[in-house]
Amino acid sequence: MSVSEKIVADFVANGIEFVTTVPCKQLGGVIDAVEKEPSIYHIPSNKEDEGMGLCAGAFMGGKRPAIIMQNTAIGVTVNTLVTLTQFYRMPLPMLISYRGELKEPVACQVEMAVHTKALLNQLNIPTYHFHKSGDEEELDAILKYTFMCNKPVAILTDATFWGGY
Amino acid sequence: MIRSEIIRDIAPILRDQLVVCNIGLPSQELHMIDDQASNFYMLGTMGLSSSIGLGLALAQDKTVISIDGDGSVLTNFGTLPTIANNVADNFILLIVDNGSYGSTGDQPTYAGQKTSLAAVAKACGCETVIECQAEETGAVLKAAIESQKMSVIVSKCESGNIKVPVITKDPVVIRDRFMTEVARRNA
Repeated sequence: MSVSEKIVADFVANGIEFVTTVPCKQLGGVIDAVEKEPSIYHIPSNKEDEGMGLCAGAFMGGKRPAIIMQNTAIGVTVNTLVTLTQFYRMPLPMLISYRGELKEPVACQVEMAVHTKALLNQLNIPTYHFHKSGDEEELDAILKYTFMCNKPVAILTDATFWGGY
Repeated sequence: MIRSEIIRDIAPILRDQLVVCNIGLPSQELHMIDDQASNFYMLGTMGLSSSIGLGLALAQDKTVISIDGDGSVLTNFGTLPTIANNVADNFILLIVDNGSYGSTGDQPTYAGQKTSLAAVAKACGCETVIECQAEETGAVLKAAIESQKMSVIVSKCESGNIKVPVITKDPVVIRDRFMTEVARRNA
C-alpha cells in the first residue's frame, strides 16, 4: 500500500465520507486515491475557503469531512477558519502540502512557508508535521483527535516526507 | 419590493425546508421574521452560503435552500461551477439580487450594472436557472422545490433595508439546534 493509499485508508477507517481538494502536485497521489475511493464523495473546489464552506455543510448534514490543500491556502482561509470552522466549533482535518520547505525548487513557495506555522499557531490550530517516512503512522490518532475536539487540525506534509519533487 | 419583504413573503415556504442564510441583514431579517430550528444563520464568512448549502444538500436527502445575495455570490464566484458540476437535486440557490451590498450601506454591486448572475450561472453549467421579479419569488421557489431539480433562482428586487436586531444566539447553539433538526427530519 502506498503512503497515499494508507492516508485515504485512514480517512475511510475514521468515517470520512466527504473530501474537498484544491490541486497540489505533491498531494496528487492522495487526490487520485480519494477520487478512486468509492465510500468518499470527492468534490474539487475552486478555492479553499469555498471548500471549507462545503465541508461545514457536509458536517451539518451528518458526514465527516476533510480538506486537502497547499499551505498557501492558510493565507486564503484565515477568515473562514475563524468565523466559520472555529466559531461554530466544527471538526476539519486539513491535509496540507508544506511547500517551501527543504528540497523546494520554487523560491516564491518559501515566502508562504515561513508564515505557515506562525499563522497556524496564531489561530490556535493544532498542527502536526510529517517530515520523515513513517510519520504518517500518527494520522489515525490525529483524525480521531480532530473529531473528538471539533476543531480544524492541520497536518503539514513536506517534500522530505514525500521523497522530493 | 426589498429583500426583507421577499423574506417575509416566502417565510411560510422556507419553514418546511432546510435553510442556510447569508451573513448580515438577510440572516437578521429571517431570524426576526420567522426563527426556526431549520434555519442556519451565518454570523460571518461572506460568500459561503451557497457552499455550505451545497455541502449540506450532498450529505443528506432533505431539500436545502441557500439564501444568498448578489454581492456574496460575486465574492465567491467559484461556487457556481462547483454547483453546476456536483448536481444535488435537493439544492436550491436563491440569490436575492438587489444590486447592492445591503449590509454595508447599499454600495452598488456589478450585478446591478452590466453583470447578469443568471447568465453567469448558465455559463457555469447550471442547468435550471430562473430569473424572476421579487413579487414572483414565492411561486418560483415553490415550483423549484416541487420540481426536485437543482435550481438557481435570481430574484431581482429593490435595494433597501429595515431596522433589525443583530443575532445574539451563540454560534454553537445555532449549529447544534440546526444539526439536531437536520437529523430529526432525516430520521
